[in-house]
Amino acid sequence: MNLAGLTINAARSAIRERKITALSLLEEHYATIQAKDGEIGAYLTLSKERALEQADRIDRMAAEGKALPPLGGLPIAIKDVMSTRGVRTTAGSKSLEKYIPPYDCTAVARMEAAGAIILGKTNCDEFAMGSSNENSAFHPVRNPRDLSRVPGGSSGGSAAAVAADMAVAALGSDTGGSIRQPASFCGIVGLMPTYGRVSRYGLIAFASSLDHIGPLTKTAKDAATVLQTIAGRDPMDSTSADVPVPDYVAELEKPIRGLKLGVAQEYFAEGLVPEVRQAVESAIDKLKSLGCEIVPVTLPHTRYAIPTYYLIATAEASSNLARYDGVRYSRRAAGVKSLSEMYRRSREEGFGREVKRRIMLGTYALSAGYYDAYYLKAQKVRTLLARDFEQAFSRVDAIITPTSPTAAFRLGEKSDDPLAMYLADIYTVTADLAGIPGISIPCGNTQENLPIGLQILGKHFDESTILRVAHAYEQETHAGL
Amino acid sequence: MKVTEKEVNYVADLANLELSAEERSGLLRDLNSILDYIEMLNELDTSNAEPMAQVSVNYNTSKSNNGGDKVGYVMREDIVEGLRKSLSQEAALENGPDTDGAFFRVPKVIER
Repeated sequence: MNLAGLTINAARSAIRERKITALSLLEEHYATIQAKDGEIGAYLTLSKERALEQADRIDRMAAEGKALPPLGGLPIAIKDVMSTRGVRTTAGSKSLEKYIPPYDCTAVARMEAAGAIILGKTNCDEFAMGSSNENSAFHPVRNPRDLSRVPGGSSGGSAAAVAADMAVAALGSDTGGSIRQPASFCGIVGLMPTYGRVSRYGLIAFASSLDHIGPLTKTAKDAATVLQTIAGRDPMDSTSADVPVPDYVAELEKPIRGLKLGVAQEYFAEGLVPEVRQAVESAIDKLKSLGCEIVPVTLPHTRYAIPTYYLIATAEASSNLARYDGVRYSRRAAGVKSLSEMYRRSREEGFGREVKRRIMLGTYALSAGYYDAYYLKAQKVRTLLARDFEQAFSRVDAIITPTSPTAAFRLGEKSDDPLAMYLADIYTVTADLAGIPGISIPCGNTQENLPIGLQILGKHFDESTILRVAHAYEQETHAGL
Repeated sequence: MKVTEKEVNYVADLANLELSAEERSGLLRDLNSILDYIEMLNELDTSNAEPMAQVSVNYNTSKSNNGGDKVGYVMREDIVEGLRKSLSQEAALENGPDTDGAFFRVPKVIER
């Protein structure tokens, strides 16, 4: 079976019609991984034993003529920040190099219960902190479209695995753009659901008021299918929302004619590369020609989003990462003589440069004498950012922006300049701060044939509308996928 | 300079991070440049803005839940085994770098 461009729907039909077994589809994916991943580096751990068991279960059901579960036999990848029982989970960090979780993340468990097969765990920036995947403690990931370039981050391994047909779909996590920006860089679809839409139980925490789990897929319809599986209240995560889950796939077919789409000039400001601007503007024209009304909106606090994000995210991270103490499950330094030395040296050895930088910034922002000036100030500005969206969404159904100001950059290009790296997230952090959903879909290529991403932002719990716009655009521009 | 070398050392202590001299000087530079950038937040008047700790307080309202309005959804019955069975002692200790089969072992806390 040709894996290139293989969608959930196509794979599912092939398995249901018994044209292919779950086992052979799985083996073809492992063969592709074997052939390609040496140079891409998308996977950190393959979970073959668990995958084979699940494939066998699905194939036995098929042989017995039983109805298959909705994702029966689909090989997927899981970002290595989601706990998998019995399968090493590192978060891209040396401090968890040998960690084998005793339980499953809810999103993973739901995917598996729906019949999906977990190929393995994908590479990421350490503790999801980064925008290029260069902060992985193990090895960087290379962009399948151009191996000299980054795949984006922090879900770079998940994006590269899907883009290189080493998985039909993947789960990633998004705290400041970590699903949407790598999806944009790798030319695939990435959806960050509303805060609280998907349980984070079993997700290794980075910044708890900003962390989201969501799908990386080849089409908007696939993203809707995965979201359908993982969305909804989970009693194990008190921040998961008690809000009904619509039928996302059915909702895709509703017309987009008459929808009001906002365009904010703040997302087309300095720093936006002309080629990206052009591609996004022609996508907006295309949506207009499909019957959407384009409405100018203003999001005046946008330029304050990055400083706000880097205070809140690092403050929360400094607290969340205190648990890596070398006592219960994380790396412990050898030859330590006192408890205090054990903590300090274990963390020194276990954490990489960017993680230490963020722990330091966050600890500083929370420390006595600076709390009001930094952390509290950032929380107040967050309110202003959220109000910007509230006001805009009183007039429009969705907002269209570029996902990232540039296409994929080269490895090493920004790795020595933390601020330049942080600015790669300038169009994505706002949605995390406001808790609204956002999707990135491909909208063309640069002259160097690098993918460009279009971002569609929606109202709280209105993933249906942004998926519908994404689907309509996709149908119009690359029909037949 | 917003952050001094002394403050870098102090914050590293708070965060339980042992840092090399090279790391300290790198962090001194990075933190100052990041904080200079963050300075722009002071352009904003936030006197009418409440601090926002969570987005979910605005929408997760299930009236049927006990606890009423804003945080009702976080309440659950107080039951011994909770929602999931507790891990066995063996499973809980499995990832420990040093255990005696019943407890995690750590270096002596109190020096004699």
